Amino acid sequence: MLQTAPTTLPPPVMPGEAPILAIEDLHAAYGQSEVLHGLNFTVAPGEIVAVMGRNGMGKTTLMKTMMGIVPAKSGSIRVNGTELTGLKSHARVAQGLAYVPQGRMIFSTMTVQENIETGLTVTGTRKVPQDLYDMFPVLLEMKGRRGGNLSGGQQQQLAIARALASKPKVLLLDEPTEGIQPSIIREMGRTLRKIRDDRGLSIVFSEQVLSFALDVADRFLVMENGEIVHESLRADIDEARVARFLSV
Amino acid sequence: MFGEYSLGDLSSIFVMQGFAGLILFSVYVLMALGLAIIFGQMGVINMAHGEFMILGAYVTYLCSTFFQNHLPALFPIYFFLAMILAFMASGALGMLVEWALIRHLYKRPLDTLLATWGLSLMLQQAYRSIFGAREVGVELPSWLIGSVQVTDSIEIPINGLFVMAVTVLITVGVAVLIFRSRFGQQVRAVMANRPMAGAVGIDSEKVDRYTFGLGCGIAGVAGSAFTMIGSTGPTSGQLYIVDTFLIVVFGGAASLLGTIASAFSISQTQSTLEFFLSGSMAKVLTLLAVVGILMLRPQGLFTLKVRR
Repeated sequence: MLQTAPTTLPPPVMPGEAPILAIEDLHAAYGQSEVLHGLNFTVAPGEIVAVMGRNGMGKTTLMKTMMGIVPAKSGSIRVNGTELTGLKSHARVAQGLAYVPQGRMIFSTMTVQENIETGLTVTGTRKVPQDLYDMFPVLLEMKGRRGGNLSGGQQQQLAIARALASKPKVLLLDEPTEGIQPSIIREMGRTLRKIRDDRGLSIVFSEQVLSFALDVADRFLVMENGEIVHESLRADIDEARVARFLSV
Repeated sequence: MFGEYSLGDLSSIFVMQGFAGLILFSVYVLMALGLAIIFGQMGVINMAHGEFMILGAYVTYLCSTFFQNHLPALFPIYFFLAMILAFMASGALGMLVEWALIRHLYKRPLDTLLATWGLSLMLQQAYRSIFGAREVGVELPSWLIGSVQVTDSIEIPINGLFVMAVTVLITVGVAVLIFRSRFGQQVRAVMANRPMAGAVGIDSEKVDRYTFGLGCGIAGVAGSAFTMIGSTGPTSGQLYIVDTFLIVVFGGAASLLGTIASAFSISQTQSTLEFFLSGSMAKVLTLLAVVGILMLRPQGLFTLKVRR
């Protein structure tokens, strides 16, 4: 399938093809309070999906549940047909998920190069692939610096490079534009599309900024109170309606 | 207190006490390294660390008697084997303990304190039952006995030099392991952010187990070195655990260099003052100085400056 020949893939694939990521009836809770109330969605190979919603609607919880940082109460998460619920985070990474968390969470006391190398763990290789540095030349320039001393935008690039190092099939990004200046946000939109085009992976990102999501995503899911309340393709999105979901 | 000594005497005293301090420093460094690695990695304060050290000391003792009775020809070099075995025994016990006990308590840091304290009592009693309550001494091979005469009034013991060489070797080895190897990179990633380390693909449980084993193994080697400066009894480890905590806190958690610097300053102060005052008075003054400095620098001697 697509991961055998990623470069030859056509970009956005219409839903209907076998999904690379499938979420079914996913429930998650912090202690007694349930945050995700049965989510269902699929992501096609090579598709970019934006999960929109205001603060506190469950976007980050969804990301963390997919990644195994928050345990799922019930339901199923499948990547390429493999069931992930019950697996530890690192095993999910080995199955093809990669994660760029909110706030980036790079290892601040480690150098840029070491940060990327941590992402190589599941691949068994030691050397940072040149194409990652080609995509983010600034990281090559700064590879000996401590990650914590980079600017917000540079840290975001580092977090993406670290995630890509594990050769994922699905890249998850949690609020990638948070705390980043507008000019860099546009640049990042281009980068995400380029990553998808070059590597043929699928991207799921959560977002509150509609303009950024419209730039990048092929399909939109809107979350409210732990449920998906609206879904549309970019072609027929009702911007005003989505904007209403995002307004406070 | 310096009144009754001449200047020449004083300098000799300082050199020799300083050297005695260096042996103490070696044991402290090895103990503190293990403790700091374990604390930094999983936030577990290992109250049984002294007992892991004593396990190493007993292994050294067993080796010494075994070689004396069965392989006297190889006795001169038994100490090297003893140190390796001490590392392996303490490391293996450490991994077992992590697997059986500690990993179930990661989310309850206070309970690990109690659990490891209980473990330390159990180990002490086990040593008492197996080796007896009397302290045992290790027979040193002849080449480790004696001292180098530097000047008329300064003598430096050979076993001290040996212990220091071993300490330097192990410290460098640990530094290389932590800062250059794949494993060390994973350890540092888990230290920095455990959930995130998992989310980039690092098996943090496996890293935990090996780290705990490594920390305990180093304590075992410390125990081996310890046999040269003290006799081994079931509770000997207890005497060192408090000082070692102090060193880890004083040095700044998760800083290898800080740990070494703080072990050095504490052991030197202790050893030099001990000559002029009583042992407990020396300890009081050392502790007072440490408390004073920690009030001014609560983060410890060395910390990395980065945005977090």
